[in-house]
Amino acid sequence: MTIIDKLLGLAIVILAAVTMFLLALPSTSLRFTRKSKKRSKQTLRPLPAFQKLRRAIGLAIEDGQGVHLSLGKANILQADAASALSGLSTLQRLAQLSIVSDQPPIVTSGDGTLAILSQDTLQAAYRSGSAMAQYRPDLGRMAGPTSFSYVAGTMPVIHREKVYTNILIGNYGPEIGLLCEAADREGTFTLAASDALPAQAVLYATAQEPLIGEEMFAIPAYLKAGNFHRSSIQAQDLIRWVLIISLIVGALLKLLQSLLGISIL
Amino acid sequence: MRAPVSTAIAISVAVILLLGSFLPVPLLQDVLQPYLLGCAVIVGGVAALIGVYNLLSVHIKKLSAPKAGNLYSLFLIIAFVITFAAGLWFSPSNANFQRVVTHIQVPVETSLLALLAISLTYTSLRLLQKRKDKMAWIFVGSTFVFLIATGGYFGGLIGDGGALNGFAVFINSLPLAGARGILLGVGLGSLTTGLRIVFGADRPYSG
Repeated sequence: MTIIDKLLGLAIVILAAVTMFLLALPSTSLRFTRKSKKRSKQTLRPLPAFQKLRRAIGLAIEDGQGVHLSLGKANILQADAASALSGLSTLQRLAQLSIVSDQPPIVTSGDGTLAILSQDTLQAAYRSGSAMAQYRPDLGRMAGPTSFSYVAGTMPVIHREKVYTNILIGNYGPEIGLLCEAADREGTFTLAASDALPAQAVLYATAQEPLIGEEMFAIPAYLKAGNFHRSSIQAQDLIRWVLIISLIVGALLKLLQSLLGISIL
Repeated sequence: MRAPVSTAIAISVAVILLLGSFLPVPLLQDVLQPYLLGCAVIVGGVAALIGVYNLLSVHIKKLSAPKAGNLYSLFLIIAFVITFAAGLWFSPSNANFQRVVTHIQVPVETSLLALLAISLTYTSLRLLQKRKDKMAWIFVGSTFVFLIATGGYFGGLIGDGGALNGFAVFINSLPLAGARGILLGVGLGSLTTGLRIVFGADRPYSG
């Protein structure tokens, strides 16, 4: 990677950070609200999968049935950890919503660090909700350390632990198909997302509500986790347009270069 | 703010690692970054041990509750104790120990893979029943096209120098473009997720 590539990368990171920060500022939100109430309500585009998820979580809480969150097998020290971090944000919000339920959420993961973080997240949510009596350390558990042992360890949770809603968010391979199949057999609601392309292809065919691409990172925002989550989604959309325009301009300049024979790039 | 010390440590470490990835500053790249990553690796190793303890404790607890299917937990504990004892006795790098473990693990995981293949075939057949939209037809159609194109049925036509080689190259470039688009989205999502932690908005550590 050359120094120019690194500086371009840093510029994108700074642009994302500044955009997120500005959009999260209360004054910016207020300006939007004053300008148009309708516009502020439509800051996140409606996605049917998230509407169904909110309904499924609500029904599970009302019926006193459990919600199962699977965080995948991402290693927190690797580049694929972002999917697991998104899963942990979802867990935080899910735990806050489930405090009124008799059945706390069950979290499975394929990595020791993730298991500890899931226990920690659950504990923090129950502590802040003054409901520590509901917390048990075995609610956040490591199901297995390899891809298939993780799936084999998670399937009994779906089959036997009174689960009404399954949320699968994280790094998986095609083996996620077995989890979706298990959830389908139990007739439970399943929302699934992965950062890996083979898993996304499998999910499209097997999951009840698959999320493709960056939709996975929007789950906490759609569960109303906070102002910053919403602003991060808006910043993501904005930078995507910047990148699309840059790619098109770059392609056009390359085309001109080959047509005219002038070195532009 | 809850746990201000943890939050301050997490934010400062994240900023150091982020800047070290982009800026060619020797203090960041040669001293701080390797030291912090080394610490993270040690913590990760200890966390793996705690994860295994967590796995065992969940299954021991399951054994104490009389419920159908808990026999699997007994098998898991027995297998763990035998493997752990053998690993300590022979050492994990022992060739015979590795051979025995691999010869048990690989067939079990391969049988799950076979189950996955059957499950996926069945689900693909049911896809059009489950989803009746345009995208489902496109998904099924493109699956058939690629199965036929990459199955070697038209080797003479689409291979090097074949009459339809150019068309095959064009078809093969389509999923690449789609994959890049999806990966770009995933990359942006990862970036904003990381920035939420840098800003202290997400604190997956009791913060």
